Amino acid sequence: MTHYYGIFCSLSALLPTLGVFFIFTICDDLVFAELVKEYIPNEVINSKDYNFTIVLAQINNSVEGLVFGTPPQWVTNAAEIWKSWVIKSNILTTIVCAITILTSGFLSYKKINSEFRSRNAVEKIIMTLLAISSVIAILTTIAIIFSVIFESIRFFALIPFDEFLFGTVWNPQFEGAERAGSGQEGLSQYGSVPLFAGTFLISFIALSVSIPIGLSSAIYLSEYATSKERAIFKPLLEILAGIPTVVYGFFAALTVAPFLRSSGSFFGLDVASESALAAGLVMGIMIIPFISSLSDDVINAVPQSLRDAGYGLGSTKNETVLKIVLPAALPGVVASIILAVSRAVGETMIVVMAAGLAANLTANPLEAVTTVTSQIVTILVGDQEFESAKTLSAFALALTLIIITLGMNFYALHIVKKYREQYD
Amino acid sequence: MTNKLINPTRASEIVKNSITKRRAKDNRLKLYGRIAIGLAVCFLIFLFSSIFIKGYPGFFQYYVTLDINFDRERIDPQGDLSDNSLFNGEASKIVNEALFTIIDPKGRKAKKQAKKMVSSGKDVRLTNLVQSNPNLFGTVSSVKFALDDDIDSFLRGYIKRETPESERRISDQIIKFVDKLDKEGRISYEFSDYILNGSASGNPEMAGIKGAFFGSILTLSVCLLIAFPLGVATAVYLEEVAKKNKITELIEVNINNLAAVPSVVFGIMGLAIFISIFGMPRSIPLVGGMVLALMTLPTIIISSRAAIRAVPPSVRDAAYGIGASKLQVIFHHVIPLAMPGMLTGTIIGMAQALGETAPLLMIGMVAFIVDVPNSVMDPGTVLPVQIFMWADFAERMFVQKTSAAIIILLGFLISMNAFAIYLRKKLERRW
Repeated sequence: MTHYYGIFCSLSALLPTLGVFFIFTICDDLVFAELVKEYIPNEVINSKDYNFTIVLAQINNSVEGLVFGTPPQWVTNAAEIWKSWVIKSNILTTIVCAITILTSGFLSYKKINSEFRSRNAVEKIIMTLLAISSVIAILTTIAIIFSVIFESIRFFALIPFDEFLFGTVWNPQFEGAERAGSGQEGLSQYGSVPLFAGTFLISFIALSVSIPIGLSSAIYLSEYATSKERAIFKPLLEILAGIPTVVYGFFAALTVAPFLRSSGSFFGLDVASESALAAGLVMGIMIIPFISSLSDDVINAVPQSLRDAGYGLGSTKNETVLKIVLPAALPGVVASIILAVSRAVGETMIVVMAAGLAANLTANPLEAVTTVTSQIVTILVGDQEFESAKTLSAFALALTLIIITLGMNFYALHIVKKYREQYD
Repeated sequence: MTNKLINPTRASEIVKNSITKRRAKDNRLKLYGRIAIGLAVCFLIFLFSSIFIKGYPGFFQYYVTLDINFDRERIDPQGDLSDNSLFNGEASKIVNEALFTIIDPKGRKAKKQAKKMVSSGKDVRLTNLVQSNPNLFGTVSSVKFALDDDIDSFLRGYIKRETPESERRISDQIIKFVDKLDKEGRISYEFSDYILNGSASGNPEMAGIKGAFFGSILTLSVCLLIAFPLGVATAVYLEEVAKKNKITELIEVNINNLAAVPSVVFGIMGLAIFISIFGMPRSIPLVGGMVLALMTLPTIIISSRAAIRAVPPSVRDAAYGIGASKLQVIFHHVIPLAMPGMLTGTIIGMAQALGETAPLLMIGMVAFIVDVPNSVMDPGTVLPVQIFMWADFAERMFVQKTSAAIIILLGFLISMNAFAIYLRKKLERRW
């Protein structure tokens, strides 16, 4: 197996070099950002509205040749110096990479002799690579949690924790970070109760559509349907889960909402054009397959012997299903419903397009409500002031959203695990 | 036994009397199931048909045929067909003149209104035409131009002639002009060449999905290049290499969690990590693809693991038996045999990524971008985001174009899923 020697050499030469290259390309901007502070005049740093992120963006724009109006002289100077650094760092990166590739290549080449077991060495390297790639899942989770937690901590430094959790008025305004001392208190309010109320109102409507339909179809498909019916209708129901949410949102906003509005006025009801009902109904359609598919699986997993025992005692199919099979499958069914709830809570596009932005604290499904996800999207889309409480509030909302959905997911998995082997 | 025994004849009577009721209950449950499935399927049909009915006309639009005098001096003053020269030419004036010779507007106000009848993309259309076919110079040939979206809506009957002029988006004067054009047979309803070739535009008659389509392709390619190798490597590691210990358990828990995290949270992570910390630019397919890759990773890992698990141990034992190393067993036998399953999972994951909107809004792919992105570093948008943006516009014609874009998106999703099913059927092996 001679080719393993070659593979070994090239891997051990390339991998360190790639690592060095990535470190250099990621770090150079950070280093430049530190160095460029030297070139910002003192009067700018001392001025009241100094913000390093904005200054840095100005310089970066100037480096890339995007000039809006006439920037101050020092920005142009800093940009020139920045450009020279970029050239220098490119040369440096090339040289360092060349040195790494040559030395590591040479070292690995020297290792090769008749005693050296290259296949084992190559396998070790590749196994390590596989292990590293599997750690990405952990890294992503950490990245998600940290990206949200840091900003949330900053948010809670501005807004008290209890005001966020128990306040009943949600009215975020851009006002910079000076809320704490500027005497403008009371302008913005960050009480998240209306958002969560809206989220749960819409989820409740969605579930009251999807639980009856999803469960009945699961029971029918697993207990009554012929295999031919099953082959047709199961995939048909699953199509519902494959339709992009933006399509549902469009459908809710342009077909369902006007329909509800006109039929509401026919009965003398005043339906808001962006009602919770429209969003909830359409979301309910979307999550039917989450309930039906999972419940179908757990109902199918109930051992046949239980059914046979039921029939043996003379019960009808209806009695067997409702009194034996369903109770046996209940943990799985509950888990599927919890997963559907977490899906409904995290759903974004339908509510952004159909549920409106007014933070009303109401239980009336005909009024407009807003949800956690749609507030996150409205706050973070477009240009933001990074230091303001409004922007940071989106991260705090995201944190609560993650806690809720992950909690539900854990609980659902726990239920499934706990009761799974009961009948085996 | 403390229970009183019932006389068997009595018992059989009780059963006999209740049996019809119990059977009826049984039938009722069956009926509920049928109704539920029927409702779900009806929703599905209603959804598809409502979008198809709205979207089908979006592929067509009204054109006006004008006889254009291709005067080289005026269209291309420098005579070199360069963009600059054509830009300085009088293309749009020439189109207006051709229009005026037919409808003959009297007075400045009428002329001003008449100019707006033809879509504002007329000059670009004319210059593109001469750039691709310079032989047209010196001839008088008829060219089709898109009509303005209000006139399009009028011709489709959404804007009624009977509505009083003050409440109508187009004036009586323009209706007269349109009638005149119609009488001369100059107006035609044809397959729109803007919906597929046009890019984002504020003018609904010129809007198309080309930019978003290429943005989607670039984003998905990045997503595939990252998610597929990573997903397969993770699956192989977890199934074939790793011992069951705390770390692998932690990895598995994390993968399950990631599958449950709402997609908008991935967008926030992309914003905080890739854009804020790594300093990557906003709105580029590279960042979008990376975010979507992390999002689709759980789907790919889970299906790849199932596919690897389905490869029977006898295959591995045979390979080990003739002296293969662990890596050779994995790369020469297990992965090739599990590939159909892995590919199926990957295609389904890609279909998910193609339809995803919320995380891409977070990283700024919602910007109004006219140019078609050429690389993963160019700002761009994707199909679902384009649909989201169009859905916000008020013009009637945008509703049709949005539905048309949805039809195209659904077409891609359905064909991807169909391909995945085909692949599974064709390559699936029973052991």
